[in-house]
Amino acid sequence: MYDSTLSEAYALPPERWAQKWRPATDESRLTRVVLIAIALTGLGLLVLAPLAVVFAEALAKGGVAAMASLAQPEALSAIKLTLLVAAISVPVNAIFGIAAAWVITKFDFRGKAFLITLIDLPFSVSPVVAGLALVLLFGTNSLLGGWLVASGHPVIFALPGIVLASVFVTFPFVARELIPVMIEQGRTEEEAALTLGASGWRVFLTVTLPNIRWALLYGVLLCNARAMGEFGAVAVVSGKIRGQTATMPITIEMLYNEYLSVAAFSMAGVLALLALLTLLLKTVLEWRHADQLAATRRH
Amino acid sequence: MHIEIDEIAKTFGNTTALHPVSLPIPSGALVALLGPSGSGKTTLLRILGGLEFPTSGRVLFDGQDATGLSVQDRRAGFVFQSYALFRHMTVFENIAYGLRARPRRIRPPAAEIERRVLKLLELIQLPQIAERYPNQLSGGQRQRVALARALAIEPRMLLLDEPFGALDARVRKELRHGLREIHDTTGLTTVFVTHDQDEAMELADLVVVMSMGRIEQVGRPQDIRARPATPFVREFIAA
Repeated sequence: MYDSTLSEAYALPPERWAQKWRPATDESRLTRVVLIAIALTGLGLLVLAPLAVVFAEALAKGGVAAMASLAQPEALSAIKLTLLVAAISVPVNAIFGIAAAWVITKFDFRGKAFLITLIDLPFSVSPVVAGLALVLLFGTNSLLGGWLVASGHPVIFALPGIVLASVFVTFPFVARELIPVMIEQGRTEEEAALTLGASGWRVFLTVTLPNIRWALLYGVLLCNARAMGEFGAVAVVSGKIRGQTATMPITIEMLYNEYLSVAAFSMAGVLALLALLTLLLKTVLEWRHADQLAATRRH
Repeated sequence: MHIEIDEIAKTFGNTTALHPVSLPIPSGALVALLGPSGSGKTTLLRILGGLEFPTSGRVLFDGQDATGLSVQDRRAGFVFQSYALFRHMTVFENIAYGLRARPRRIRPPAAEIERRVLKLLELIQLPQIAERYPNQLSGGQRQRVALARALAIEPRMLLLDEPFGALDARVRKELRHGLREIHDTTGLTTVFVTHDQDEAMELADLVVVMSMGRIEQVGRPQDIRARPATPFVREFIAA
Protein backbone atom coordinates (compact mmCIF):
# COMPACT_ATOMS: atom_id res chain seq x y z
CA MET A 1 0.00 0.00 0.00
CA TYR A 2 1.19 3.49 -0.82
CA ASP A 3 1.95 5.62 2.19
CA SER A 4 2.73 9.22 1.44
CA THR A 5 4.28 10.10 4.81
CA LEU A 6 6.57 7.10 4.54
CA SER A 7 7.84 8.03 1.07
CA GLU A 8 8.24 11.61 2.18
CA ALA A 9 10.40 10.43 5.01
CA TYR A 10 12.53 8.31 2.68
CA ALA A 11 12.98 11.28 0.39
CA LEU A 12 14.95 13.01 3.12
CA PRO A 13 18.62 12.19 3.72
CA PRO A 14 18.94 9.23 6.13
CA GLU A 15 20.27 11.31 9.03
CA ARG A 16 17.00 13.26 9.04
CA TRP A 17 14.65 10.24 8.94
CA ALA A 18 14.31 10.25 12.66
CA GLN A 19 12.72 13.72 12.52
CA LYS A 20 9.94 12.48 10.28
CA TRP A 21 9.56 9.16 11.99
CA ARG A 22 8.47 8.48 15.47
CA PRO A 23 7.45 5.17 16.98
CA ALA A 24 3.67 5.03 17.20
CA THR A 25 3.78 4.87 20.99
CA ASP A 26 6.10 7.83 21.35
CA GLU A 27 4.77 11.32 22.13
CA SER A 28 6.13 14.72 21.20
CA ARG A 29 8.51 16.41 23.59
CA LEU A 30 5.87 18.91 24.70
CA THR A 31 3.29 16.24 25.48
CA ARG A 32 5.86 14.33 27.49
CA VAL A 33 6.88 17.36 29.55
CA VAL A 34 3.27 18.30 30.24
CA LEU A 35 2.32 14.77 31.27
CA ILE A 36 5.31 14.42 33.56
CA ALA A 37 4.57 17.82 35.10
CA ILE A 38 0.96 16.83 35.78
CA ALA A 39 2.01 13.56 37.39
CA LEU A 40 4.66 15.19 39.56
CA THR A 41 2.40 18.08 40.62
CA GLY A 42 -0.37 15.70 41.55
CA LEU A 43 2.01 13.49 43.48
CA GLY A 44 3.55 16.50 45.22
CA LEU A 45 0.28 18.15 46.20
CA LEU A 46 -1.65 15.06 47.15
CA VAL A 47 1.02 12.79 48.61
CA LEU A 48 4.29 14.49 49.44
CA ALA A 49 2.97 17.79 50.81
CA PRO A 50 0.56 16.26 53.35
CA LEU A 51 3.27 13.83 54.45
CA ALA A 52 5.74 16.69 54.90
CA VAL A 53 3.17 18.71 56.86
CA VAL A 54 2.61 15.79 59.23
CA PHE A 55 6.30 15.62 60.11
CA ALA A 56 6.65 19.41 60.25
CA GLU A 57 3.74 19.73 62.68
CA ALA A 58 5.03 16.85 64.80
CA LEU A 59 8.40 18.52 65.15
CA ALA A 60 6.96 22.07 65.51
CA LYS A 61 8.00 22.21 69.18
CA GLY A 62 11.15 20.19 68.71
CA GLY A 63 11.98 16.52 68.68
CA VAL A 64 12.00 16.30 72.47
CA ALA A 65 8.38 17.41 72.76
CA ALA A 66 7.38 14.96 70.04
CA MET A 67 9.17 12.06 71.75
CA ALA A 68 7.71 13.04 75.11
CA SER A 69 4.19 12.95 73.68
CA LEU A 70 4.84 9.46 72.32
CA ALA A 71 6.17 8.29 75.69
CA GLN A 72 2.79 8.97 77.36
CA PRO A 73 1.22 5.70 78.60
CA GLU A 74 -1.84 6.29 76.43
CA ALA A 75 0.29 6.80 73.34
CA LEU A 76 2.34 3.68 74.04
CA SER A 77 -0.84 1.69 74.64
CA ALA A 78 -2.23 2.87 71.28
CA ILE A 79 0.94 1.88 69.43
CA LYS A 80 1.01 -1.53 71.12
CA LEU A 81 -2.67 -2.12 70.40
CA THR A 82 -2.31 -1.22 66.71
CA LEU A 83 0.69 -3.52 66.29
CA LEU A 84 -1.14 -6.32 68.11
CA VAL A 85 -4.24 -5.93 65.95
CA ALA A 86 -2.11 -6.02 62.79
CA ALA A 87 -0.15 -9.01 64.11
CA ILE A 88 -3.40 -10.96 64.52
CA SER A 89 -5.43 -9.83 61.53
CA VAL A 90 -2.66 -10.09 58.91
CA PRO A 91 -1.91 -13.81 59.46
CA VAL A 92 -5.62 -14.56 59.75
CA ASN A 93 -6.30 -12.84 56.44
CA ALA A 94 -3.26 -14.44 54.82
CA ILE A 95 -4.73 -17.86 55.63
CA PHE A 96 -8.27 -16.85 54.62
CA GLY A 97 -6.96 -15.26 51.45
CA ILE A 98 -4.92 -18.29 50.41
CA ALA A 99 -7.85 -20.62 51.13
CA ALA A 100 -10.29 -18.43 49.18
CA ALA A 101 -7.94 -18.00 46.22
CA TRP A 102 -7.26 -21.74 46.27
CA VAL A 103 -10.89 -22.85 46.07
CA ILE A 104 -11.71 -20.19 43.47
CA THR A 105 -8.84 -20.99 41.13
CA LYS A 106 -8.39 -24.73 41.58
CA PHE A 107 -11.95 -25.99 41.69
CA ASP A 108 -15.12 -25.49 39.70
CA PHE A 109 -18.25 -25.34 41.79
CA ARG A 110 -21.65 -23.70 41.92
CA GLY A 111 -21.72 -20.29 43.52
CA LYS A 112 -18.14 -19.46 42.54
CA ALA A 113 -19.09 -16.09 41.04
CA PHE A 114 -21.02 -15.31 44.21
CA LEU A 115 -17.97 -16.12 46.34
CA ILE A 116 -15.80 -13.78 44.24
CA THR A 117 -18.34 -10.99 44.73
CA LEU A 118 -18.42 -11.73 48.45
CA ILE A 119 -14.66 -11.36 48.72
CA ASP A 120 -14.95 -7.86 47.24
CA LEU A 121 -17.75 -6.86 49.59
CA PRO A 122 -15.47 -5.23 52.21
CA PHE A 123 -14.16 -2.90 49.49
CA SER A 124 -17.63 -1.70 48.56
CA VAL A 125 -19.24 -1.55 52.00
CA SER A 126 -18.41 1.49 54.10
CA PRO A 127 -16.26 0.48 57.10
CA VAL A 128 -18.70 2.25 59.41
CA VAL A 129 -21.46 -0.06 58.22
CA ALA A 130 -19.22 -3.04 58.89
CA GLY A 131 -18.55 -1.74 62.39
CA LEU A 132 -22.26 -1.25 63.07
CA ALA A 133 -23.01 -4.76 61.82
CA LEU A 134 -20.48 -6.15 64.31
CA VAL A 135 -22.06 -4.12 67.12
CA LEU A 136 -25.50 -5.50 66.23
CA LEU A 137 -24.13 -9.02 66.10
CA PHE A 138 -21.94 -9.01 69.21
CA GLY A 139 -23.24 -6.01 71.25
CA THR A 140 -24.75 -6.52 74.72
CA ASN A 141 -28.26 -6.20 73.27
CA SER A 142 -27.85 -9.19 71.00
CA LEU A 143 -28.31 -12.78 72.15
CA LEU A 144 -24.79 -13.80 71.22
CA GLY A 145 -23.21 -10.63 72.61
CA GLY A 146 -25.14 -10.85 75.89
CA TRP A 147 -23.93 -14.37 76.43
CA LEU A 148 -20.32 -13.43 75.53
CA VAL A 149 -20.34 -10.49 77.97
CA ALA A 150 -21.91 -12.63 80.70
CA SER A 151 -19.24 -15.29 80.22
CA GLY A 152 -16.53 -12.65 80.51
CA HIS A 153 -15.49 -12.46 76.86
CA PRO A 154 -16.84 -9.17 75.55
CA VAL A 155 -16.26 -8.56 71.85
CA ILE A 156 -17.53 -5.04 71.40
CA PHE A 157 -15.46 -2.30 73.08
CA ALA A 158 -12.67 -4.86 73.41
CA LEU A 159 -9.76 -6.35 71.45
CA PRO A 160 -11.78 -9.12 69.69
CA GLY A 161 -14.12 -6.54 68.17
CA ILE A 162 -11.24 -4.41 66.91
CA VAL A 163 -9.58 -7.47 65.39
CA LEU A 164 -12.84 -8.59 63.76
CA ALA A 165 -13.38 -5.14 62.28
CA SER A 166 -9.81 -5.01 60.95
CA VAL A 167 -10.05 -8.52 59.52
CA PHE A 168 -13.30 -7.62 57.75
CA VAL A 169 -11.94 -4.44 56.22
CA THR A 170 -8.65 -6.01 55.06
CA PHE A 171 -10.10 -9.33 53.92
CA PRO A 172 -9.87 -8.76 50.13
CA PHE A 173 -6.21 -7.73 49.90
CA VAL A 174 -4.51 -11.14 49.96
CA ALA A 175 -7.18 -12.96 47.95
CA ARG A 176 -7.31 -10.18 45.33
CA GLU A 177 -3.54 -10.38 44.81
CA LEU A 178 -3.49 -14.16 44.63
CA ILE A 179 -6.47 -14.94 42.38
CA PRO A 180 -5.10 -13.50 39.09
CA VAL A 181 -1.66 -15.03 39.68
CA MET A 182 -3.10 -18.43 40.46
CA ILE A 183 -5.45 -18.29 37.47
CA GLU A 184 -2.54 -17.46 35.19
CA GLN A 185 -0.44 -20.31 36.56
CA GLY A 186 -3.21 -22.88 36.19
CA ARG A 187 -3.25 -26.28 37.79
CA THR A 188 -0.79 -28.29 35.76
CA GLU A 189 2.24 -27.88 38.03
CA GLU A 190 0.15 -29.14 40.91
CA GLU A 191 -1.13 -32.01 38.79
CA ALA A 192 2.43 -32.88 37.83
CA ALA A 193 3.44 -32.98 41.49
CA LEU A 194 0.50 -35.27 42.27
CA THR A 195 1.45 -37.71 39.51
CA LEU A 196 4.95 -37.78 40.99
CA GLY A 197 3.44 -39.10 44.21
CA ALA A 198 3.30 -35.98 46.37
CA SER A 199 0.46 -35.61 48.88
CA GLY A 200 -1.91 -32.64 48.61
CA TRP A 201 -0.26 -30.87 51.53
CA ARG A 202 3.21 -31.41 50.11
CA VAL A 203 2.06 -30.09 46.73
CA PHE A 204 0.80 -26.95 48.44
CA LEU A 205 4.03 -26.39 50.37
CA THR A 206 6.52 -27.22 47.62
CA VAL A 207 4.73 -26.09 44.46
CA THR A 208 1.80 -23.75 45.10
CA LEU A 209 3.28 -21.64 47.88
CA PRO A 210 6.64 -20.93 46.18
CA ASN A 211 4.79 -19.96 43.01
CA ILE A 212 2.54 -17.44 44.75
CA ARG A 213 4.98 -16.10 47.32
CA TRP A 214 5.45 -12.69 45.67
CA ALA A 215 1.77 -12.07 45.22
CA LEU A 216 1.27 -13.27 48.78
CA LEU A 217 3.90 -10.84 50.03
CA TYR A 218 2.26 -7.90 48.21
CA GLY A 219 -1.12 -8.88 49.59
CA VAL A 220 0.24 -9.21 53.12
CA LEU A 221 2.00 -5.84 52.97
CA LEU A 222 -1.12 -4.07 51.68
CA CYS A 223 -3.23 -5.87 54.24
CA ASN A 224 -0.82 -4.82 56.99
CA ALA A 225 -0.80 -1.18 55.93
CA ARG A 226 -4.58 -1.05 55.89
CA ALA A 227 -4.97 -2.98 59.17
CA MET A 228 -2.76 -0.46 60.97
CA GLY A 229 -4.53 2.52 59.41
CA GLU A 230 -8.18 1.44 59.67
CA PHE A 231 -10.35 4.08 61.32
CA GLY A 232 -14.07 3.84 60.52
CA ALA A 233 -14.95 0.29 61.47
CA VAL A 234 -12.64 0.32 64.48
CA ALA A 235 -14.06 3.64 65.69
CA VAL A 236 -17.52 2.08 65.92
CA VAL A 237 -16.60 -1.17 67.68
CA SER A 238 -13.80 0.02 69.95
CA GLY A 239 -15.71 2.53 72.07
CA LYS A 240 -12.55 4.69 71.97
CA ILE A 241 -11.50 3.93 75.55
CA ARG A 242 -8.21 5.70 76.14
CA GLY A 243 -5.33 3.44 77.05
CA GLN A 244 -7.48 0.37 76.36
CA THR A 245 -9.26 0.22 73.01
CA ALA A 246 -7.96 3.31 71.24
CA THR A 247 -5.77 2.34 68.31
CA MET A 248 -3.31 4.75 66.72
CA PRO A 249 -5.72 6.29 64.16
CA ILE A 250 -8.39 6.72 66.87
CA THR A 251 -5.89 8.27 69.29
CA ILE A 252 -4.71 10.65 66.60
CA GLU A 253 -8.25 11.88 66.05
CA MET A 254 -8.91 12.30 69.76
CA LEU A 255 -5.67 14.19 70.35
CA TYR A 256 -6.35 16.42 67.35
CA ASN A 257 -9.86 17.23 68.57
CA GLU A 258 -8.32 18.32 71.86
CA TYR A 259 -5.94 20.68 70.06
CA LEU A 260 -2.91 18.65 71.16
CA SER A 261 -1.39 19.02 67.75
CA VAL A 262 2.19 18.00 68.58
CA ALA A 263 0.96 14.78 70.15
CA ALA A 264 -1.52 14.13 67.35
CA PHE A 265 0.99 14.73 64.59
CA SER A 266 3.77 12.82 66.34
CA MET A 267 1.61 9.75 66.40
CA ALA A 268 0.48 10.40 62.83
CA GLY A 269 4.17 10.57 61.94
CA VAL A 270 4.80 7.18 63.55
CA LEU A 271 1.87 5.68 61.66
CA ALA A 272 3.16 7.17 58.41
CA LEU A 273 6.64 5.84 59.16
CA LEU A 274 5.25 2.35 59.70
CA ALA A 275 3.60 2.57 56.29
CA LEU A 276 6.79 3.87 54.68
CA LEU A 277 8.70 1.04 56.33
CA THR A 278 6.30 -1.42 54.70
CA LEU A 279 6.92 0.17 51.31
CA LEU A 280 10.67 0.14 51.87
CA LEU A 281 10.57 -3.54 52.81
CA LYS A 282 8.67 -4.32 49.62
CA THR A 283 11.15 -2.37 47.49
CA VAL A 284 14.19 -3.98 49.10
CA LEU A 285 12.72 -7.47 48.61
CA GLU A 286 11.89 -6.72 45.00
CA TRP A 287 15.38 -5.43 44.37
CA ARG A 288 17.13 -8.33 46.07
CA HIS A 289 15.06 -10.97 44.31
CA ALA A 290 14.83 -9.38 40.89
CA ASP A 291 16.14 -12.57 39.23
CA GLN A 292 13.58 -14.80 40.82
CA LEU A 293 10.83 -12.33 39.99
CA ALA A 294 11.85 -12.48 36.36
CA ALA A 295 12.09 -16.26 36.49
CA THR A 296 8.57 -16.66 37.80
CA ARG A 297 7.22 -13.98 35.45
CA ARG A 298 5.73 -11.90 38.20
CA HIS A 299 6.21 -8.16 37.77
CA MET B 1 2.26 -53.50 32.54
CA HIS B 2 -0.90 -54.57 30.76
CA ILE B 3 -3.65 -51.94 30.81
CA GLU B 4 -7.29 -52.78 30.23
CA ILE B 5 -9.81 -50.04 29.60
CA ASP B 6 -13.23 -51.52 30.23
CA GLU B 7 -16.31 -49.55 29.11
CA ILE B 8 -14.95 -46.21 30.36
CA ALA B 9 -17.32 -43.24 29.97
CA LYS B 10 -16.91 -39.66 31.13
CA THR B 11 -19.30 -36.73 31.20
CA PHE B 12 -18.56 -33.18 32.33
CA GLY B 13 -21.90 -31.66 33.31
CA ASN B 14 -24.00 -31.89 30.16
CA THR B 15 -21.20 -32.68 27.75
CA THR B 16 -20.09 -36.20 27.02
CA ALA B 17 -16.33 -36.40 26.69
CA LEU B 18 -16.24 -40.18 26.31
CA HIS B 19 -18.91 -42.66 25.33
CA PRO B 20 -18.22 -46.07 26.81
CA VAL B 21 -14.90 -47.13 25.27
CA SER B 22 -12.95 -50.33 25.72
CA LEU B 23 -9.33 -50.92 24.82
CA PRO B 24 -6.70 -53.44 25.81
CA ILE B 25 -3.15 -52.08 25.86
CA PRO B 26 -0.58 -54.89 25.75
CA SER B 27 2.35 -54.78 28.13
CA GLY B 28 5.32 -52.89 26.71
CA ALA B 29 3.43 -51.41 23.76
CA LEU B 30 3.90 -47.88 22.45
CA VAL B 31 0.38 -46.65 21.78
CA ALA B 32 -0.83 -43.44 20.13
CA LEU B 33 -4.24 -41.96 20.89
CA LEU B 34 -4.87 -40.08 17.65
CA GLY B 35 -7.70 -37.68 16.98
CA PRO B 36 -8.77 -34.06 16.50
CA SER B 37 -9.31 -31.81 19.49
CA GLY B 38 -12.47 -32.71 21.36
CA SER B 39 -12.18 -36.37 20.45
CA GLY B 40 -11.72 -37.42 24.08
CA LYS B 41 -8.12 -38.61 23.75
CA THR B 42 -6.71 -36.39 26.49
CA THR B 43 -9.60 -37.24 28.81
CA LEU B 44 -8.84 -40.93 28.33
CA LEU B 45 -5.16 -40.34 29.08
CA ARG B 46 -5.98 -38.36 32.22
CA ILE B 47 -8.29 -41.14 33.39
CA LEU B 48 -5.42 -43.63 32.99
CA GLY B 49 -3.18 -41.32 35.01
CA GLY B 50 -5.75 -40.82 37.76
CA LEU B 51 -6.17 -37.09 37.12
CA GLU B 52 -9.81 -37.62 36.17
CA PHE B 53 -12.17 -40.30 37.33
CA PRO B 54 -14.54 -42.02 34.90
CA THR B 55 -18.30 -41.61 35.22
CA SER B 56 -18.63 -45.34 34.63
CA GLY B 57 -16.45 -48.27 33.63
CA ARG B 58 -13.22 -49.71 34.97
CA VAL B 59 -9.47 -49.50 34.46
CA LEU B 60 -7.43 -52.64 35.10
CA PHE B 61 -3.67 -52.73 35.59
CA ASP B 62 -2.30 -56.25 35.11
CA GLY B 63 -5.79 -57.59 35.73
CA GLN B 64 -6.23 -55.67 39.02
CA ASP B 65 -9.02 -53.10 39.27
CA ALA B 66 -7.31 -49.71 39.48
CA THR B 67 -10.36 -47.51 38.85
CA GLY B 68 -10.38 -45.97 42.32
CA LEU B 69 -6.60 -45.90 42.76
CA SER B 70 -5.37 -42.41 43.71
CA VAL B 71 -3.15 -40.48 41.33
CA GLN B 72 -0.20 -40.89 43.70
CA ASP B 73 -0.62 -44.65 43.95
CA ARG B 74 -0.88 -45.19 40.19
CA ARG B 75 2.80 -44.51 39.65
CA ALA B 76 2.14 -43.29 36.13
CA GLY B 77 4.92 -41.17 34.65
CA PHE B 78 2.95 -38.27 33.17
CA VAL B 79 4.39 -35.76 30.69
CA PHE B 80 2.14 -32.71 30.29
CA GLN B 81 1.55 -30.81 27.08
CA SER B 82 3.18 -27.66 28.45
CA TYR B 83 5.61 -29.87 30.44
CA ALA B 84 4.52 -28.27 33.75
CA LEU B 85 8.08 -28.12 35.06
CA PHE B 86 8.33 -26.54 38.50
CA ARG B 87 9.55 -23.10 37.53
CA HIS B 88 11.11 -22.22 40.87
CA MET B 89 13.22 -25.39 40.98
CA THR B 90 16.37 -26.29 39.12
CA VAL B 91 16.35 -29.14 36.62
CA PHE B 92 18.00 -31.34 39.26
CA GLU B 93 15.30 -30.53 41.84
CA ASN B 94 12.58 -31.08 39.24
CA ILE B 95 13.82 -34.57 38.45
CA ALA B 96 14.45 -35.41 42.12
CA TYR B 97 10.96 -34.22 43.15
CA GLY B 98 9.19 -37.57 42.90
CA LEU B 99 11.90 -39.43 44.81
CA ARG B 100 12.03 -36.79 47.56
CA ALA B 101 8.23 -36.89 47.86
CA ARG B 102 8.24 -40.56 48.81
CA PRO B 103 7.38 -41.57 52.36
CA ARG B 104 10.50 -41.83 54.50
CA ARG B 105 10.67 -45.61 54.63
CA ILE B 106 10.86 -46.01 50.84
CA ARG B 107 12.75 -42.79 50.09
CA PRO B 108 16.23 -43.38 48.74
CA PRO B 109 19.09 -41.64 50.61
CA ALA B 110 20.25 -38.28 49.21
CA ALA B 111 23.34 -39.77 47.55
CA GLU B 112 21.22 -42.37 45.79
CA ILE B 113 18.77 -39.70 44.61
CA GLU B 114 21.65 -37.68 43.19
CA ARG B 115 23.06 -40.74 41.42
CA ARG B 116 19.68 -41.51 39.85
CA VAL B 117 19.06 -37.93 38.75
CA LEU B 118 22.46 -37.71 37.10
CA LYS B 119 21.83 -41.03 35.37
CA LEU B 120 18.51 -39.74 34.01
CA LEU B 121 20.22 -36.59 32.77
CA GLU B 122 22.62 -38.87 30.90
CA LEU B 123 19.69 -40.81 29.49
CA ILE B 124 18.11 -37.64 28.06
CA GLN B 125 21.56 -36.53 26.88
CA LEU B 126 21.58 -33.31 28.87
CA PRO B 127 24.16 -34.01 31.60
CA GLN B 128 25.28 -30.38 31.84
CA ILE B 129 22.00 -28.61 32.69
CA ALA B 130 21.34 -29.85 36.25
CA GLU B 131 21.61 -26.42 37.85
CA ARG B 132 19.56 -24.48 35.30
CA TYR B 133 16.01 -23.25 35.79
CA PRO B 134 13.23 -24.25 33.36
CA ASN B 135 12.98 -20.76 31.85
CA GLN B 136 16.64 -21.03 30.82
CA LEU B 137 15.94 -24.10 28.67
CA SER B 138 14.80 -24.49 25.09
CA GLY B 139 11.48 -26.16 24.34
CA GLY B 140 13.14 -29.43 23.38
CA GLN B 141 15.24 -29.46 26.55
CA ARG B 142 12.16 -28.80 28.68
CA GLN B 143 10.35 -31.71 27.09
CA ARG B 144 13.27 -34.05 27.82
CA VAL B 145 13.51 -32.85 31.41
CA ALA B 146 9.77 -33.48 31.83
CA LEU B 147 10.36 -37.00 30.52
CA ALA B 148 13.26 -37.56 32.92
CA ARG B 149 11.17 -36.27 35.82
CA ALA B 150 8.40 -38.73 34.93
CA LEU B 151 10.89 -41.60 34.64
CA ALA B 152 12.50 -40.81 38.00
CA ILE B 153 9.62 -42.28 39.98
CA GLU B 154 10.21 -45.69 38.35
CA PRO B 155 6.75 -45.55 36.81
CA ARG B 156 4.66 -48.55 35.86
CA MET B 157 3.64 -46.81 32.64
CA LEU B 158 4.42 -43.66 30.72
CA LEU B 159 1.63 -41.27 29.70
CA LEU B 160 2.35 -38.31 27.43
CA ASP B 161 -0.08 -35.55 26.43
CA GLU B 162 0.89 -34.05 23.05
CA PRO B 163 4.56 -34.47 23.94
CA PHE B 164 5.81 -32.77 20.78
CA GLY B 165 3.00 -30.25 20.37
CA ALA B 166 4.92 -27.10 21.24
CA LEU B 167 8.11 -27.82 19.30
CA ASP B 168 9.37 -26.86 15.88
CA ALA B 169 9.53 -29.47 13.14
CA ARG B 170 13.24 -30.34 13.37
CA VAL B 171 13.30 -30.79 17.17
CA ARG B 172 10.08 -32.78 16.88
CA LYS B 173 11.72 -35.36 14.60
CA GLU B 174 14.72 -35.64 16.90
CA LEU B 175 12.64 -36.13 20.03
CA ARG B 176 10.43 -38.74 18.38
CA HIS B 177 13.51 -40.91 18.04
CA GLY B 178 14.43 -40.04 21.61
CA LEU B 179 11.06 -41.23 22.90
CA ARG B 180 11.26 -44.42 20.83
CA GLU B 181 14.70 -45.17 22.25
CA ILE B 182 13.65 -44.51 25.82
CA HIS B 183 10.61 -46.70 25.34
CA ASP B 184 12.73 -49.51 23.91
CA THR B 185 15.33 -49.35 26.70
CA THR B 186 12.84 -49.12 29.58
CA GLY B 187 10.23 -51.44 28.10
CA LEU B 188 7.49 -49.33 29.72
CA THR B 189 3.94 -49.48 28.44
CA THR B 190 3.64 -46.04 26.86
CA VAL B 191 0.55 -44.11 25.78
CA PHE B 192 0.81 -40.75 24.05
CA VAL B 193 -1.82 -38.38 22.78
CA THR B 194 -1.41 -36.62 19.45
CA HIS B 195 -3.44 -34.91 16.76
CA ASP B 196 -0.63 -35.39 14.24
CA GLN B 197 -1.22 -38.55 12.20
CA ASP B 198 2.38 -38.63 10.87
CA GLU B 199 3.66 -38.68 14.40
CA ALA B 200 1.28 -41.45 15.42
CA MET B 201 2.01 -43.55 12.35
CA GLU B 202 5.77 -43.17 12.56
CA LEU B 203 6.21 -43.71 16.27
CA ALA B 204 3.51 -46.04 17.58
CA ASP B 205 3.19 -49.82 17.59
CA LEU B 206 -0.54 -49.42 17.92
CA VAL B 207 -2.67 -46.47 16.82
CA VAL B 208 -6.08 -45.72 18.38
CA VAL B 209 -8.06 -43.31 16.20
CA MET B 210 -10.65 -41.36 18.18
CA SER B 211 -13.46 -38.97 17.25
CA MET B 212 -16.27 -37.39 19.26
CA GLY B 213 -15.57 -39.46 22.36
CA ARG B 214 -15.54 -42.77 20.52
CA ILE B 215 -12.82 -45.11 19.32
CA GLU B 216 -13.08 -45.31 15.54
CA GLN B 217 -10.36 -47.86 14.90
CA VAL B 218 -7.49 -49.64 16.64
CA GLY B 219 -4.66 -51.16 14.69
CA ARG B 220 -1.05 -51.20 13.59
CA PRO B 221 -0.13 -48.12 11.55
CA GLN B 222 0.21 -50.03 8.29
CA ASP B 223 -3.20 -51.74 8.80
CA ILE B 224 -4.96 -48.47 9.50
CA ARG B 225 -3.38 -46.92 6.45
CA ALA B 226 -4.27 -49.92 4.27
CA ARG B 227 -7.78 -50.51 5.60
CA PRO B 228 -9.40 -47.51 7.26
CA ALA B 229 -12.47 -48.83 9.10
CA THR B 230 -14.70 -45.76 8.84
CA PRO B 231 -15.05 -42.74 6.55
CA PHE B 232 -13.77 -40.58 9.41
CA VAL B 233 -10.51 -42.55 9.66
CA ARG B 234 -10.04 -42.46 5.90
CA GLU B 235 -10.43 -38.70 5.83
CA PHE B 236 -8.40 -38.07 8.95
CA ILE B 237 -5.32 -40.01 7.85
CA ALA B 238 -5.52 -38.59 4.35
CA ALA B 239 -5.39 -35.02 5.70
